[in-house]
Formats: sequence, structure tokens, C-alpha cells
Amino acid sequence: MRGATHAKWAVCAVAVALAATACGGGGGSGGSGGDGSGIVRSSWGDPQNPLEPANTNEVQGGKVLDMVFRGLKRYNPKTGAAEDMLADKIETTDSVNFKITVKDGWTFSNGEKVTAKSFVDAWNYGADLKNNQKNAYFFGQIDGYDKVHPDSGTPSATSLSGLKVTGPLTFSVKLSQKFSLWPDTLGYAAFAPLPKAFFDDHDAWVSKPVGNGPYMIDSYTKGSQMSLRKWDDYPGTDKAQNGGVDLKVYTDNNTAYTDLTAGNLDLVDDVPASQLKNVEADLSGRYINSPAGIIQTLAFPFYDPAWNKADSDKVRKGLSMAINRKQITETIFQKTRTPATDWTSPVLGKDGGFQDGLCGDGCDYNPTEAKKLVQEGGGIPGGQVKIGYNADTGSHKEWVDAVCNSINNALGNDKACVGLPTGTFADFRNKITQKKMTGPFRAGWQMDYPLIQNFLQPLYYTNASSNDGKWSNKEFDKLVDQANAESDRAKAVKIFQQAEGVVRDNMAAIPLWYQNGSAGYSDKVSNVALNPFSVPVYNEIKVK
Amino acid sequence: MGRYVIRRLLQMIPVFFGATLLIFLMVNVMGDPIAGLCGDKQCDPATAAQLEKEFGLDKPVWQQYLTYMGNVFTGDFGTAFNGQKVTELMAAAFPVTIRLTVVAILFEIVIGITLGVITGLRRGRPIDTTVLLLTLVVISVPTFVTGLLLQLLLGVEWGIIKPAVSTEATFSELIVPGLVLASVSLAYVTRLTRTSIAENRRADYVRTAIAKGLPRRRVIVRHLLRNSLIPVVTFIGTDIGALMGGAIVTERIFNIHGVGYQLYQGILRQNTQTVVGFVTVLVLVFLAANLIVDLLYAVLDPRIRYA
Repeated sequence: MRGATHAKWAVCAVAVALAATACGGGGGSGGSGGDGSGIVRSSWGDPQNPLEPANTNEVQGGKVLDMVFRGLKRYNPKTGAAEDMLADKIETTDSVNFKITVKDGWTFSNGEKVTAKSFVDAWNYGADLKNNQKNAYFFGQIDGYDKVHPDSGTPSATSLSGLKVTGPLTFSVKLSQKFSLWPDTLGYAAFAPLPKAFFDDHDAWVSKPVGNGPYMIDSYTKGSQMSLRKWDDYPGTDKAQNGGVDLKVYTDNNTAYTDLTAGNLDLVDDVPASQLKNVEADLSGRYINSPAGIIQTLAFPFYDPAWNKADSDKVRKGLSMAINRKQITETIFQKTRTPATDWTSPVLGKDGGFQDGLCGDGCDYNPTEAKKLVQEGGGIPGGQVKIGYNADTGSHKEWVDAVCNSINNALGNDKACVGLPTGTFADFRNKITQKKMTGPFRAGWQMDYPLIQNFLQPLYYTNASSNDGKWSNKEFDKLVDQANAESDRAKAVKIFQQAEGVVRDNMAAIPLWYQNGSAGYSDKVSNVALNPFSVPVYNEIKVK
Repeated sequence: MGRYVIRRLLQMIPVFFGATLLIFLMVNVMGDPIAGLCGDKQCDPATAAQLEKEFGLDKPVWQQYLTYMGNVFTGDFGTAFNGQKVTELMAAAFPVTIRLTVVAILFEIVIGITLGVITGLRRGRPIDTTVLLLTLVVISVPTFVTGLLLQLLLGVEWGIIKPAVSTEATFSELIVPGLVLASVSLAYVTRLTRTSIAENRRADYVRTAIAKGLPRRRVIVRHLLRNSLIPVVTFIGTDIGALMGGAIVTERIFNIHGVGYQLYQGILRQNTQTVVGFVTVLVLVFLAANLIVDLLYAVLDPRIRYA
């Protein structure tokens, strides 16, 4: 930096000659000596959908909701456990009827009180088909959902019959079936309360959302930047430790990373794969690589008879054993993935249902056994496995090729496996929903809430929303129903694990690896951590 | 001249419709965009159907195209998936890219033509060889390499510029990205001008001008350069459109939220309204640039007269 003064002046002279402007390098973070008023400058991606709690289903919009909203529950940023936030009490005797009491003294940042009605109105809005909310299915467990959000046709009601306001701060919820762990789902952003302003002037609200969280939105230029500032009167205990957060949209995560190394950015929560080799050296330890609630799997098209024969489970298990997970996670992912040994995620913890090694030898690399199993199962359908993936985002090609290499080596046939790219993500999803897959394909699951139920039911229950392979098993369905009805938490988790055992015995999907969240930060900030959803815990970041 | 302009304007109409229809078909071939809206999860069918209806995707393509074109003529370019009007996106993106293009074109004109004239007049001398070699290097190195290299050196190592351009994207911030964007065309402009100048230097009218005893400066600028500019102007004219549309790489590297970025996002998310809207405007820019080039011919060379 020092030796460059000459060059700097030379370029400045050119700049002045051309456009006459200031030559500032560096630029401060606006922070003032650790008194909690400094601004964190963080990278961001353009949210795909309008910012409404029940309409945001991706990480970028979710980040903002996490700063601007607090719901009945909040997932502990470290342990992932669902803890009471605005909920004073959630009572039930039968796991179907719940009485919810909201804590007194909470307001939205525009001064409006948070009441039971704020929740009921928000949930009714989220469930209503005519509002096109992409997370509407979260309200699917509440009684009357099929009237408000029928699978086809027009809705016959505009509010959920299972929701009733019983007092200023109390309301009751009736579910359509037993679901003992339901209160634990309430930390999800879709269940956030909404102020009157949302319903009165929706357009104005969407252009600058108002919530009840530790931050207020100061300004929002869609597609480029959002400035959030600390809300001084925030009533919660998790007040912001900094003065605010500037979220800057980057066209490319490589540019964000470059800006971080140049000192123009404080936090990057998506370290580009190409930089993983340098990140330790570049940031001298200011790099986080911690587990997140994401698992990647290979799903199978069970609607294709070739993949659904009596002995097909042997082929699936054989393929699973032919994949050298350890080698791929180390060489291709630079240890930002951990080889999977079950179908959930380590962030659940032992009590939450994560069971290290549940997959058993089916997930161990064993080429000889793999070859034997595939042969016993009648060989690979059509003689060749084509692993489907989308080529536009996420650099899936690298690992799919590596997985295929591993399979080819194990089976001693260099044509046993090839990648089958699809141009765009939308088209890839399209083929999946239209059941056009002819071989295994990439599947991923990012948890909505840290419950073992969330890793099993949406993915493997008959006709469940994300059961992409259309796997169906009576035994599994029965166990899931049983677990949901079980009021004792520990017992419920046990039964879910039994259900997971059914998934294992049939190798309904091949678990590949657990994905970590990765982040890098500047020396101007401290106390940076990622929560189990791999989102930075912004309110705890301190600016030096 | 007036009739010529009118004829050219009328010719633009079929080009405009043809181009938009092609893009419309291409985007639609990629499949159902709604499927990608719900992330790795499957959209719930009722909501998906509702969204399709809202964006008009449930109708046959020809009907979608007609509705779309009908709306375009009333100034309505539709809504992007994030709920923003496409016209809003354009209002944010085009000024930025136009600024970037202006910077790039200025570089092309000022540096490119200057170097071209110098080398054209000194053919075979060391300076000519040096510039030729340099332009060869610039042409052969891909833009993203130049861009990333400059970003790393000027932005990170020496701290002269900021590696990422801010939201405002002022002219001063766009100098380096503009240079990167212009680099390849700049080299072409240099080479085109050089050849043209070298060729015309021996032309009769130049000799006459010199023989008349005109000052050297006047001979070069008024006689030699003016006549040598025709191929260069053609190139720069078509380049305006190419620069605006082709800024995707440069805009990505330097975090410029312009047309390239919006197009890229639109294609990734398969957002028909965004892609078709932006490309439609780009087609218009192309057509306008070409028209201006053709008109400039007449200004530069009085021999070229259109009835």
C-alpha cells in the first residue's frame, strides 16, 4: 500500500482530468470506538420475492426478516433450540388445541402494540390463497386450511377456522391433527406478527417493511442496498450490539470477497468456492466454517419402474457405498461439507434427533461391497446412472463429476455414471415436478426449523410437498403419524428416528453430506457467528 | 435525406417485432419459471397456479406475446417476480449502464483514434510496432481477466480505487470498469484507424492538400482523418449496442447494478418480463445507433448522398 503513492497520484490525476472527482481510498466503517453505534457493512443478495414474512422462502430475504421481526418463538442462534420470544405461554392438553398467550409490552417500531390479533391477522393473510404467499403451506396444519387454501378451485373462506382471538393478548389454535412439536415450528419467519400498516397500505409497507425486531429499516433501494438501524426502544433482551447493518447487494460473491479483503466490507456470509483455499491466509483466522441445517442427497425417481423394482434398494445402497464422501468433501469442498451419516443434520443435536452413524455401512465407502450389491440388485437400470443437476448456479458440476468418478472407479466401469445437466434451475425443478427424471438427481434440503420432523416428513412422507422422488412407504408414514401424536418430546424424537430407519433400510435417498455455512469478516468487527440456518447473527456483532 | 430517415424508421418496425418475438420464444422454451420460485422445494400447486395466472403464464405463448406487446405500447413492461415494475428496474439500470457505455465510448474515441492516427502516420516505426503489439495483447486477453487483474491490483493491492462500484455508480467510479469494458473495442478502433489513415495518406486529395501548402494539422484533421473515420464510425456505432448488452461480465466483476446485471438475474430466474423488456430496449438502442451511423456517413463524406 505504501509504495503505491506515486501510482495513486498518477491515477488520481487521470481521474481528475477525466471527471474531476475525489480520490478516496479505503473509507471508514462509520464506527465510533466500540460504543455500539458502529455500522456493519455486509454483503447481500437480491431477494427473489417481495419481502413479506409468509412469502419469503430464501436466505437473502430471510436475513432481513430475522433482523426486523420477532415471533412467538426464536431459535437459539447457538443451539437451535426453540425458545419463547413473544410467547408468554403455549398450553395444550391434547396436542391439537393450543392456547397461546402473547407477552405484554411489545410494540412494532411504528408504535403499534403487538397483540393476539397481530398474529391471527398475519397468519390468515399468509394462508389465504389469493395472496399468493409461497410459505402458505406452513399454516397447513391449522384447522380450516383446506377452505382458505384449497388444492384447486376457489377458496370458500378467507380466515382459518382454527384461529380464534380470545382476548387482547390471547388466542387459540386448533390443528387439524395431532402435532405435539407444533409450537417449536413457530420460530419460523412465516409466523411473524404483522402491524395494521401492512393491511392498510400494502405497497408502502412492502417498499419499507415495519416489524417488531431489534432493527428498523432506514432505507431500501431495491436491488442494491438496504440500511437497517438499531431500534432504540426495542423491548426484547436481544438488543442490537451495533448501530445498524448496511446490506449491500453484490452481483457476484467473488466481488464481495474482494471488497472484504480491500477493507470496504465487514462481513461476507458466502465465501466463494474458488477462494476457500486462500481464505485462512487472507483473513488470518476471521473465517467461520460452521455446520448449518442443510443436507444434500441424491433422490431417485420412484415413479420410474426401472428404479422401483423389488431389488432396487440393493442398487441404491450399492451406489451409496460407491461414493467416497470423505475424499470429495475434502478435495472439492475444502471441508465446507461433512460426510453425511444420517438423513438429518448435526445442528439438531443428539436430543433433537441427529444420530451420527445411523446410516451404518450403507454410507461407508466400500467399492467391493458396492459392486456386489449393484450386481445382486440386477445392475444399474439401462446400464448407466445419469445424475441430474442444474448447471446455472451452485457449481454442482464439480461434485457430480466427482461422485460419478467415484462410482465408476468402484464399479470398474468408466461408463457407469455420468452427469446430466439441465440449463436453468427453473427448468430443473420443472422436470422434477413433472416427474420427468430418469435417474438419480441432486436434492437438497435446508431446514425450515430445527426439528427432526422437518428433515423427514416433507421429504419422505407419501405425497409430501418436497418428496421429489415420490417415495412412498406405509411403515414410514405410520411411524411419522405416531411421532407427531406423541406428546412426550423425547419419545417423539425416538419414533422419528425409527422412521428414519425405514428410510435407511430402503435407501430412499442417498445422503451425501451436511453443508456448512461459511463467512469471512473484517478486523473492524467482532463476535461474528452464524446461526444454524447459516445466517449471521447480526444483532450480536460488535463494531470496533 | 428526410425520406431516407423515414424509410429507415419504417424498416425498424419489422426488426423490432421480429427480435422481440424471438426473445419471447427463447425465454419461454426454457420451461416454467414458477417452478424455480420456491427454491429447492416444490411450490404448492394452488399457489403456483395462482401465480401463473397472475403473470399470464397459463395462456398460450402467442397470446402472451400479443398481450405483452399490447402492454408495451402503453408503457407497461410488466412486473418482475420480486413485485417491482420492470420499468422501475429499467429506470434504475439504464442510467448506470449508459454512463458506463459513455465512459467506454469516450475511451475508444479519445485513446483509440489518437493512437490510431499516431501509428498510422508513423507506420513501421518503433511506436507503431509497440502499439500494435499492445493491441494484440489486449485483444487476446479476455475481458474478465483484465477486469479481475485491474480490480486486484488497483483495488486491493494498491488501494487506488474501490473494487466494487457503489449504488450511485458515479462517473469517477466507472473509469476503470469503463476502460475494461472498452479495452477490446479500443484496440480494434486503434487498428482500424491506423490502417485507414495509412491507406489514405497516399491518396490524391491528401497530396493536393499538402501541395496547396495547408498546415500539417489541418491536412491531418480535416482531410485525412475525416475521410478515414468512416469504417471507425461504423464500428463504434454498432459497438454502442454491443457494449450495453455485453456489459454483463464487466458489471458482474465490478458490482455494477446495470443492464447486464438485471439481464443476468432475469435469465437466472427465468423472468420473462425482465428479459424481454430489457432486450426490447436494447434492440431499440441498436437500431438507433445504426441509424445514427448511417446518417453520420453523409456528414463525414459529402460524396455519400442519400436521396
